[in-house]
Amino acid sequence: MEQRNVHLSPAELLPILPGHSSPGRFERVLRAGKFAVSTELAPPDSADPAQVYERASIFDGYVDAINATDGSGAHCHMSSVAVCGLLTRAGYSPIMQISCRDKNRIAIQGDILGASAMGVSNILCLSGDGVESGDHPQAKPVFDLDCMSLLNISKNMRDNSSFESGRKLDTAPAVFLGAAANPFAPPQEFRADRLAKKVEAGAQFVQTQYCYDIDVLKNYMHRVRELGLDKKVFILVGVGPLASAKTAEWIRKNVPGVHIPDAVIKRLAGADNQKAEGVNLCIDMIQQASEIEGVHGCHIMAYRQEHAVPEIVERSGILSLRNRRQAPAR
Amino acid sequence: MYKVRLWSVKQAKLLELFYKGFETVVVRLHPLWKFIGYERIEKPFAVTEKVVKGFLFDCQMCGQCALSSTGMSCPMNCPKNLRNGPCGGVRADGNCEIKPDMACVWVKAWEGSARMSNDNVHVVQFPVNNQLRGRSSWLAVAREKNQAASAALTESGKS
Repeated sequence: MEQRNVHLSPAELLPILPGHSSPGRFERVLRAGKFAVSTELAPPDSADPAQVYERASIFDGYVDAINATDGSGAHCHMSSVAVCGLLTRAGYSPIMQISCRDKNRIAIQGDILGASAMGVSNILCLSGDGVESGDHPQAKPVFDLDCMSLLNISKNMRDNSSFESGRKLDTAPAVFLGAAANPFAPPQEFRADRLAKKVEAGAQFVQTQYCYDIDVLKNYMHRVRELGLDKKVFILVGVGPLASAKTAEWIRKNVPGVHIPDAVIKRLAGADNQKAEGVNLCIDMIQQASEIEGVHGCHIMAYRQEHAVPEIVERSGILSLRNRRQAPAR
Repeated sequence: MYKVRLWSVKQAKLLELFYKGFETVVVRLHPLWKFIGYERIEKPFAVTEKVVKGFLFDCQMCGQCALSSTGMSCPMNCPKNLRNGPCGGVRADGNCEIKPDMACVWVKAWEGSARMSNDNVHVVQFPVNNQLRGRSSWLAVAREKNQAASAALTESGKS
């Protein structure tokens, strides 16, 4: 693959190793067989770059990559392209989320080229939440592509150096491609097959929805291994601290796709310090998930509790796990 | 109609059989379509298709029918127009995140495809070609299949 003019890039890029797709650290960590940690940055409702750097600095030294969300929950915030452009300048390793809700294929392909030019090495392809769940329900939903065709188109740009139209690129974007997975939503028996489709379409890593039910995850991973997918895609289990039993109830009722069992709510409700118990629960979940064969990392989504991420990483002991993991054969 | 749409998914096996026969007839009649002119019959075909498939599947006339790959549940009825499977927002009761009173189109598609003989539900679908919106996918299939067949013929003639 042709390497772009690295000296002009605002980012700190690594040489692309044989068999790797990107010049980023995140792919290196995963391909080295290490347990990877990613987290999520909530983009500010602001034009001030300092807010992006403040929010990112909380994670310094604790994570391998930071997701920049793209209008998550259909709420308007600073764009993910811009957040990523700022982050790469400061040496961070962002994962740019792209949602199909707000842009058509012309805009999205342009964003992929632009992001890559700014040193973004990782892209997460999402369908996106419906506009109805956000602060602009009167907006026009685009959905020109779905996450699967977005993966396909991105892969085609990278590997065949061409737009969907067939028109050639001068330099292909060297990006590591990711997708989301929700093992906890119906139809659960189809979820691993859907992952197989995403891998076929180009997914190299996946981040799952919040996991609060380890048994459902175990079943899912069993089917994933049956399909041989754990050898083809890196799986990062989504986790996050719940602030209280009340918050958990609210999320369960109002956030589509998040499954929280009664036992979790009971455990929180019974604790003296519910917030601390939420962190404990999150750590338990990471430790249990990391024991499952085929799990390659965790994705910590600590919305409005970002300051808890360093503690979660430290106390879960996942960084010490790194040295005993074997590189997956691929 | 929503109730008919659900019925169609339940009858996926029967409809698949019917569709196969129907497709063979439409494809075989290619010389006739060619004689009259594909563009001339486009409109009556599209209107008929809209009425029939609109009744059975709530068809949205995307012009590139995927019903045989989606368990006879039309993916264009998904508010996100997802053509490759359910999103992560499906409710615990199997209903749509955006339209809570509607069963998720892909939960139904998964049920329907289990009744069908093909495994196409696992195949990645290309993005929709918006230029085909409102056009007859039946005629498109007839034209494509015959073009493919004649291309294969010329190819074998060359070798």
